[in-house]
Amino acid sequence: MSASLPAGRGARARAIPGFRATLAVTLLWLAVIVLIPLAALALRPLELGPAGLIASLSEERVVAALGLSFGAALLAALLNLPLGLLLAWAVVRLRFPGRGILDAALDLPFALPTAVAGIALTAIAAPNGWVGGPLAELFGWKIAFTRAGVVLALMFVSLPFIVRTVEPVLRDMAAEAEEAAATLGATRAQTVLRVVLPGLLPALLTGFSLAFARSVGEYGSVIFIAGNLPMLTEIAPLLIVIRLEQYDYAGAAAVGLAMLVLSFLLLLAIELVQRRLRRGRR
Amino acid sequence: MRETFRPATQDSPLARRLVAGAAILVALLLLALPLAAVFVEALRRGLPVALEALAEPDTLAAIRLTLIVAAITVPVNLVGGLAAAWCVAKFDFPGKRLLTALIDLPFSVSPVIAGLSFVLMFGARGWFGPWLEARDIQIIFALPGLVLATLFVTFPFVARTVMPLMAEQGRDEEEAAATLGAGGLQTFLMVTLPGVRWALLAGVLLCNARAMGEFGAVSVVSGHIRGETNTVPLHVEILYNEYQFAGAFAVAALLALLGLVTLAAKALLERAAGRRAGLHAGDAA
Repeated sequence: MSASLPAGRGARARAIPGFRATLAVTLLWLAVIVLIPLAALALRPLELGPAGLIASLSEERVVAALGLSFGAALLAALLNLPLGLLLAWAVVRLRFPGRGILDAALDLPFALPTAVAGIALTAIAAPNGWVGGPLAELFGWKIAFTRAGVVLALMFVSLPFIVRTVEPVLRDMAAEAEEAAATLGATRAQTVLRVVLPGLLPALLTGFSLAFARSVGEYGSVIFIAGNLPMLTEIAPLLIVIRLEQYDYAGAAAVGLAMLVLSFLLLLAIELVQRRLRRGRR
Repeated sequence: MRETFRPATQDSPLARRLVAGAAILVALLLLALPLAAVFVEALRRGLPVALEALAEPDTLAAIRLTLIVAAITVPVNLVGGLAAAWCVAKFDFPGKRLLTALIDLPFSVSPVIAGLSFVLMFGARGWFGPWLEARDIQIIFALPGLVLATLFVTFPFVARTVMPLMAEQGRDEEEAAATLGAGGLQTFLMVTLPGVRWALLAGVLLCNARAMGEFGAVSVVSGHIRGETNTVPLHVEILYNEYQFAGAFAVAALLALLGLVTLAAKALLERAAGRRAGLHAGDAA
């Protein structure tokens, strides 16, 4: 973009003052608030020993809670992919009355405290709620106090991550590719499916990762709607809270560490897919 | 505006109407309905009852505590975030990408795990627990714990919003200022800051909204002592679990209003910065 060349950057960088001071402040801030506490989390389960750690994590209730947290987070992110794409498309490509309000409203889950979202979603989805009532009467479906409720809450909190990662890519996407496809005789549907969607795939994957990462650790919005039955609707973060209340620090830390390690492995896998996609396109 | 004259790539009017309709339906069901439920439930027994719930001493104490926590955490993360943004955007150094990734880390850590980490350090059976107890210093189940947990979850907000803009600004103006003899702080205040002020304000607003609305992390370190270590979101939970639904939703409505004001302010700031129009805030005079 700019005319400056990378050569001689090191020399130029030193022309601006304040590097050491700001780096020192940044490192201190990062260490005290994030890194040292996370080190405590990583080290604490060690006192259980390898056998104790495995025993602590292979308890039926722990496995069920981790399974629910990861399964529901993946499902919520997956269900949000088409919804997020739809909303991003409407905001970027269409002009209709209320578009501005819709655009602003898409950030609502970011701005609404999770506890508020939790009790609001429960009120709606409960058997006597606005949506839960008719669903229970017509189909006999239950959402609140079931795993479906957990997925619903996670969909709510993670929806903006997908919308806001797809949106800028859709906005900046060159019109030429679509025009070329149209010129070559592709129908509009073919153009969207074969030209636009593949171009959005990396952004959709990034949004998926962000939505998943947010959902897997979500607590406030879920505990109200889940019903919190052990083995059934109890999420992993709640199990951490329960173990802490029993002063089982090492056991709580083991669950926390397992969550972090598992989700970083999953995110790493998605990142590797991303890289392959990017390489394939060039 | 680019889209106006692009008939070959324009969807049919019917398709456009269908997509817009579906998008509005999804937004109504998934976003507007929960928000409406908060206010309807809060006002179910009338405004006076809702206001009474807000005026209760425990609620007022929770509001006071939440304001104190936000008043400490936002400035700390503002200073740290600005230092980090300046350092990453204006200099090249080994480990820069790692540092940026670490700054983002709190966004992908569960708030409950954040709270847990501080309990592991300062709780009764934590690393420093016995040492603190011998000196009668309380961190967990007290204000310092609430502040630390909130600092963790709101950590990246300011850095994240300001950093890309500062990087886009380039370094030429700062270099010119330095050549002319300006100090670091002077350069930052007079050259860099004016270009990022709107993004900075948006970052501060989001940081504040999260600090005031945080639930999971503070829930772990709070101890839930009414009138003492109960923040507003935690108070919502207590009222709700005691089946005081009108009160719970009244307090929740207060938090929802905070969220709405934050959203509106952010939308205004984005307009002011002209980001959507492709004008960067750095161009603002």
